Amino acid sequence: MPVSPKQARTLKHRSWVAFLVIPPIVFMSLFVVYPILSAFAYAFYEWRGLARGEFVGLANFKEVLIGPIMGPVVWNAFLHNVYALVALMIIQNGGGFFLAWLLYKEPFGFRFHRVAVFVPVVLSTIIVGFLWKLFLNPNFGIVNQALFTVGLDSLAKPWLGDASTALGALILANAWHFVGFPTLVYLAGMQRIPSEIIEAARLDGTSEWQLLKNVIWPLVAPSTTILFTLLFIGAFNWFEIPYVMVGLDGSPYGTTDVLGLVFYRTAFGNQSASIQNFGQGSALATLLFLFIVVFASMLTLWLRRREIQF
Amino acid sequence: MTQTEQRQPISFAFLAQIILILNSFIMLYPVVVMVFSAFKTTGEIFEHPFALPDFTQVQNFARVLGETSMPTYFVNSIIVTGASIILILALGTMAGYAVARYESRTNTFVLLFFLAGLMLPLKLAVIPLFILLRDLNLLDSRWALIVTYTAIGLPSAVFIMAGFLRSLPAELEDAARIDGASEPRIMWSVMLPLARPPMAIAAIQNAVPIWNDFFFPLVFIQSDSAKTLPQGLTSFMGEYTTDWGMLFAGLTIAAAPITLLYIALSRQFIQGMTAGAVK
Repeated sequence: MPVSPKQARTLKHRSWVAFLVIPPIVFMSLFVVYPILSAFAYAFYEWRGLARGEFVGLANFKEVLIGPIMGPVVWNAFLHNVYALVALMIIQNGGGFFLAWLLYKEPFGFRFHRVAVFVPVVLSTIIVGFLWKLFLNPNFGIVNQALFTVGLDSLAKPWLGDASTALGALILANAWHFVGFPTLVYLAGMQRIPSEIIEAARLDGTSEWQLLKNVIWPLVAPSTTILFTLLFIGAFNWFEIPYVMVGLDGSPYGTTDVLGLVFYRTAFGNQSASIQNFGQGSALATLLFLFIVVFASMLTLWLRRREIQF
Repeated sequence: MTQTEQRQPISFAFLAQIILILNSFIMLYPVVVMVFSAFKTTGEIFEHPFALPDFTQVQNFARVLGETSMPTYFVNSIIVTGASIILILALGTMAGYAVARYESRTNTFVLLFFLAGLMLPLKLAVIPLFILLRDLNLLDSRWALIVTYTAIGLPSAVFIMAGFLRSLPAELEDAARIDGASEPRIMWSVMLPLARPPMAIAAIQNAVPIWNDFFFPLVFIQSDSAKTLPQGLTSFMGEYTTDWGMLFAGLTIAAAPITLLYIALSRQFIQGMTAGAVK
């Protein structure tokens, strides 16, 4: 202990520590703790615009989950969040692991590839969304233009206007944006594996595939835990890419609707129907919050058990 | 080791190289097309989407900077990001220093308090935050964003700073104390000059998401004069929908500062942005 107990007891010392600690605590209480606690409380009231009305118990929750209007919209959106989660787990995190493994061997151009894969990660999601929206334009976007050029006209599609491809296009745009993040986190995890372990496995005549499956994958488990948990939280908060690329209504026909869009429409309205419902919005936010906290904690605990100390 | 290299067939290394080159191409080519298209007229983009442009044609950039509110958005982004980072570092260093250098039960509680803040997605509390900011008369101003971003960034800054400050040897402050230095003086003149590297990490980790954020401006800001770049970009894109030369020039201008900074400081960016996920 750098400070003796006698010193610690002096008023001067105490007021100095209080001066350091109180402003950050007050700030956090006002702008994080208070809003989060209020978010729970708001869900139990009826709201008329920005004014709080009657206490209505669980009515808002009931409407959001099983109500005739909100219920089907919410569950439809939830399903799309689950699709995005599963697809991104494979493409983004799985792809990141694969790329990290290729980079781990430090091949020719290692530094260039490492910097290149992270370029889209630093861009704003808004830029990424608009860029891909322009690229996926049915007539003039470079995706279809490239297909026309190589004579594959039959494959060209209005990617974002076609109900069968729109959600997939959003998922791929998201993967393009973020694949560099898991790549470099996995790469850092692999570089932390003691080289004796790898050498020992190689001397035992382990094949490259066995090395990857039985040595590297289990030893980067801490990276997997954090990446899967972050992706889980991100997938259920998904908002910017769909908002920019397909709009607030999750067009076409709600095939790209996700919970983030439903929440925004419910709480803050949209141009076509400017109805604000803070009660139902808060109920949706509360349910989403509890869902994320419960499942993210379970996921973390479950994934942590796989981690090995070395 | 020659033995391991022998076992690795040449075709494997070749295949890996092809995949990596292909991947880097996919990562960079869209950005290159964006920049090239910014130098073309809309007609040129439609007819020759993949052709090299004439780089002396800068009229799109001139129009974006002269005709639109893009410069205002740009200045707002700099003010909001800068002010938020200063507040995050100041408050984060204060709490982090207290937690790291003056151990007590209260300060353990303080650390747990910020740990809880690290887990909570503030996005989901946006409705109460909206009402709170309205009551404080901060809605539709840059302050609405600055306080929100500071609240989001503060917990991670406390952790980065506390983790580093705890690792400094006690002899440093003891020596200063024997010389009669006051506690504030020890913090300011002895300890903090050593804490620049973690401050840089905390700054980059927070600056990139703040600079890029779209959600909070969308909810809190209505007036053009307070919009930041990502939100302003959506107004701009809506206004010039058919003028693709302008659209690509706008996107290029919005993407340029952070991309150039990243290329210059890629090691620090990568370290800062993955700091939360890499131990």
